[in-house]
Amino acid sequence: MAVTGGAMFLFVIGHMAGNLKVLFGPEAFNEHPKWLRSIGEGLLGHGGFVWIARVGLLLSLVLHMTAAIQLARRARTARPARYQHRRPVQGSYAARTMRWGGVIIALFLVYHLMDLTAGWLNPVGDLENPYGNVTADFRHWYVSLTYAVAIVTLGFHIRHGVWSALQTLGASNGARQRVLRGVALGVAVAICAGFLAVPFSVLTGLVK
Amino acid sequence: MRLTLRVWRQAGPDEDGRLVDYAVDDVSPDMSFLEMLDVLNERLVLDGEEPIAFDHDCREGICGMCGMMINGVAHGPERATTTCQLHMRHFSDGDVVVIEPWRARAFPVIRDLVVDRGAFDRIIEAGGYITAPTGSAPDAHAIPIPKPDADKAFEAAACIGCGACVAACPNGSGMLFTAAKATHLGLLPQGQPERHSRAVDMLATHDALDFGGCTNAGECAPACPKGIPLESIARLNRDVLRATVSGAHKPR
Amino acid sequence: MRYVEGAPIADTAAPGGPIETRWDRHRFGTRLVNPANKRKLTVIVVGTGLAGGAAAATLGELGYNVLSFCYQDSPRRAHSIAAQGGINAAKNYRNDGDSVHRLFYDTVKGGDFRSRESNVYRLAQISVEIIDQCVAQGVPFAREYGGLLDTRSFGGAQVSRTFYARGQTGQQLLLGAYQALARQVNAGRVKMHPRTEMLDLVVADGRARGIVARDLVTGEVTTHLADAVVLATGGYGNVFYLSTNAKGCNATAIWRAHRRGALLANPCYTQIHPTCIPVSGDHQSKLTLMSESLRNDGRVWVPVRAGDTRPANQIPESERDYYLERIYPSFGNLVPRDIASRAAKNVCDSGHGVGPGGLGVYLDFADAIRRLGKPAVEAKYGNLFEMYQRITGEDPYEVPMRIYPAVHYTMGGLWVDYDLQSTIPGLFVVGEANFSDHGANRLGASALMQGLADGYFVLPNTIGGYLADGPFDPVPADHPAVTEAETGVRDRVARLLAVNGDRTVDSFHRELGRLMWDHCGMERSEEGLRKALERIPELRQEFWERVRVPGDGEGLNQALEKAGRVADFFELAELMCVDALHRTESCGGHFRAESQTPDGEALRDDERFSYVAAWEYAGADEPPVLHREALDFEYVTPSQRSYK
Repeated sequence: MAVTGGAMFLFVIGHMAGNLKVLFGPEAFNEHPKWLRSIGEGLLGHGGFVWIARVGLLLSLVLHMTAAIQLARRARTARPARYQHRRPVQGSYAARTMRWGGVIIALFLVYHLMDLTAGWLNPVGDLENPYGNVTADFRHWYVSLTYAVAIVTLGFHIRHGVWSALQTLGASNGARQRVLRGVALGVAVAICAGFLAVPFSVLTGLVK
Repeated sequence: MRLTLRVWRQAGPDEDGRLVDYAVDDVSPDMSFLEMLDVLNERLVLDGEEPIAFDHDCREGICGMCGMMINGVAHGPERATTTCQLHMRHFSDGDVVVIEPWRARAFPVIRDLVVDRGAFDRIIEAGGYITAPTGSAPDAHAIPIPKPDADKAFEAAACIGCGACVAACPNGSGMLFTAAKATHLGLLPQGQPERHSRAVDMLATHDALDFGGCTNAGECAPACPKGIPLESIARLNRDVLRATVSGAHKPR
Repeated sequence: MRYVEGAPIADTAAPGGPIETRWDRHRFGTRLVNPANKRKLTVIVVGTGLAGGAAAATLGELGYNVLSFCYQDSPRRAHSIAAQGGINAAKNYRNDGDSVHRLFYDTVKGGDFRSRESNVYRLAQISVEIIDQCVAQGVPFAREYGGLLDTRSFGGAQVSRTFYARGQTGQQLLLGAYQALARQVNAGRVKMHPRTEMLDLVVADGRARGIVARDLVTGEVTTHLADAVVLATGGYGNVFYLSTNAKGCNATAIWRAHRRGALLANPCYTQIHPTCIPVSGDHQSKLTLMSESLRNDGRVWVPVRAGDTRPANQIPESERDYYLERIYPSFGNLVPRDIASRAAKNVCDSGHGVGPGGLGVYLDFADAIRRLGKPAVEAKYGNLFEMYQRITGEDPYEVPMRIYPAVHYTMGGLWVDYDLQSTIPGLFVVGEANFSDHGANRLGASALMQGLADGYFVLPNTIGGYLADGPFDPVPADHPAVTEAETGVRDRVARLLAVNGDRTVDSFHRELGRLMWDHCGMERSEEGLRKALERIPELRQEFWERVRVPGDGEGLNQALEKAGRVADFFELAELMCVDALHRTESCGGHFRAESQTPDGEALRDDERFSYVAAWEYAGADEPPVLHREALDFEYVTPSQRSYK
């Protein structure tokens, strides 16, 4: 869980950095995918890096979900009879929503790929002009809302995920525990802010 | 004060159980929770009913025998308090109190609120000790131990094995219990030779006993009557990871 | 009198010669068991506290097959776990004049010269090894900044020889023994039987060969056979209903062994602990002790004026009576337990008591907080203060604690010789269950020491001398001794269930406890004891006619468990009173109103009572038979204890 989550976490950070180029105008934004495809071109051929990354991410995703399902099934086995009365949340909200949050993120991912990677669901759908696709998307409030819900869910997922991964990998100890929790929260907030900046800019007209 | 208790009654391990309501009058705020159940039980006996079975022994919060879900919280509303040390002054007149046993496959119900926690003994048997046969010890001052290490080890050693961590965990995991022992012994110089094998063996036994996996949900530590910190789990994970990476120890 | 004089006890198996080498020479003289034979020998150990857990683990390490039994759901829960204060050892790490001889001397004197010198000396010698053993097991004793072990002085000792692990010394030592036991379970040398209660002893052809036990979960009654039986079942303080013992602590194992022929020694020696939380009402189910280490820094006082009901904080210094410091200027608040307890009783009896019912005295930390600062006091006693606040709802940093004495420990128990063997060959008794080392009063932090000495070091050595004759012929399952014991147990269970009367077990237990507390508690008199001896048989008879035990014997039935234990307490209580009545002197935990000095201190009568009173069971409703074991003092001359 921790390792595959970590891989996807790195991707999310990269993705966010790319997204933020939207603030620098159409050229900068449309350049980004081209640049990505050109990484290691000499060795991997055009777009080779992107495909390697896609395979790696897919693998991480599958393993991550497999582990999640296994944990969920173990949890169900471990408590065959449920409590009749249970106080809802004692630990953090993020921790309690990991499973459903993961499902929401997975569903969003499917939509997101069909929308902006394949272009099937996009109002513009011009793969050569991602800037146009994105701005066309977010002018619709319901697209922005869906996106925002998914990002906030991702934020929660990352907040618990980062901390939990550090705990699982044994990096946490008494003195560091509070710091690490703070780091996890900070990272999650930063990622949320970074991703939400795009629809916010489009909706407020900062980006046209 | 007057309370309504909604208590899980189950006649035996293979019987179906259900919540049954009991009205209890004249509850004194100075009573402990278990003394209130004593009073109810005496009444039930005289009324020709079966008293409620619950585990308890020392009644001073140290033996770890008592424990029940009180209004959905392991050991009830007071932090760092076992059920036997919970006093009725923390409840108010007219309260409805739901009382259930610990629920986990590894802790099958024997009767009413009594569960079998033998799985914890199996985990300790798998490696929760230092091999030091009687008579083999060097002088107690042969190995000085820095006070902070000794204090930290003590903090983890305070675990009473009550099972509240498992009961509170949404995954039904026993990692806090397992980690407390691994931390206690792993922090002491005497515990170093078996540190990694201990962690690996205890965890393997934990998993084999149908405890759930840890997702660091963090429900266990607040429920722990002895305040065993969550970081113990990280320590256990670290020892297991190190043993796994180095390939030094395979579970027995 | 209600007893019959029997033959004195001639042989205690104790060696003579210089006391320093007795244990050495005795071990050398004890036959050894061939290692190959150990595999063929089985030992039953009942109880998993410090003595039983340590014994079972060590016997397993030595290669014997061990069957270990406890009534709790796990061996880790035995009541040794609740001991708070610490464990004594003559390490002299402080260079403050301690030595094996001084610990020996203090223990004999503290026991009011009613214990055996040989045993006590051995205990003091072994104390040193115990600390080493426990540290090696990973017991997290308190340490100083230099990394070495910390010690403190404790109840009645003027040297700092008590090792401790915050207020949880018993827990940490027990977990050490439990983990050693778990290792042997894993190694296949020990078979654990938790939630199983011994209900009778099987004595076949003159030897203890097994036990009849009830599986508390299934209700099944089974006989377990072995080559020897070790009882480590703790004390009988719960005869008083309210005590600091765990609710499940009981005397059934030792009482059943007594009925099978084992002598029971000094049953009237009970220790009343001075620092417990007072009773809060009729619902009270047990009493909670707070470590007497609190007396190191707390000051005990009551209002000078009887019946003063002002809150403690409003009583000026001049109107407070620090009575321990006043009466015992050299020991002050640190006088031994029996003295501190009786002093509290005396001030309360004269109307100076505080709190509900006037049954309490103050234990005040205001001075200590001023002198050391709150953080230092918190570091030392924080967990005890929390415990007090949890139970009483009062904050001891702000208002003085209220304390009152409570039954805590029983020095009496099954009679054993130097090898810890009872009068039934093959039946060994260790820890609080035996009578051996504390005489008439136990010093603080000595119970853990004795339990572990017996379990780790004494029994595993001495039992070999007996087992060297084994393996003994197997006892067939249809041996008359087995069938008789099993039938007896089943009949008794059936009888308890059949009464179906109109009173609960607890109501009888409470009544018995009250009777014992009033007449066989902190102060005993001929009149009171005779009253108790009249009332107990009546109450016992009423119990068998009116008790109501619901349910059946086919599964977990906690009322049934309790009923069996209380039935045995009735019989034991009677013997306690007989013993207390026959001992017309005061000594240690046994204070006879008729035997006191002009200023109210215990007055021993060495001329007539310098002996162990070992009682033989002569049958139901037959007077018990008294066997005396004379006590000789070669190294410590008996003197009147004085802590003034």
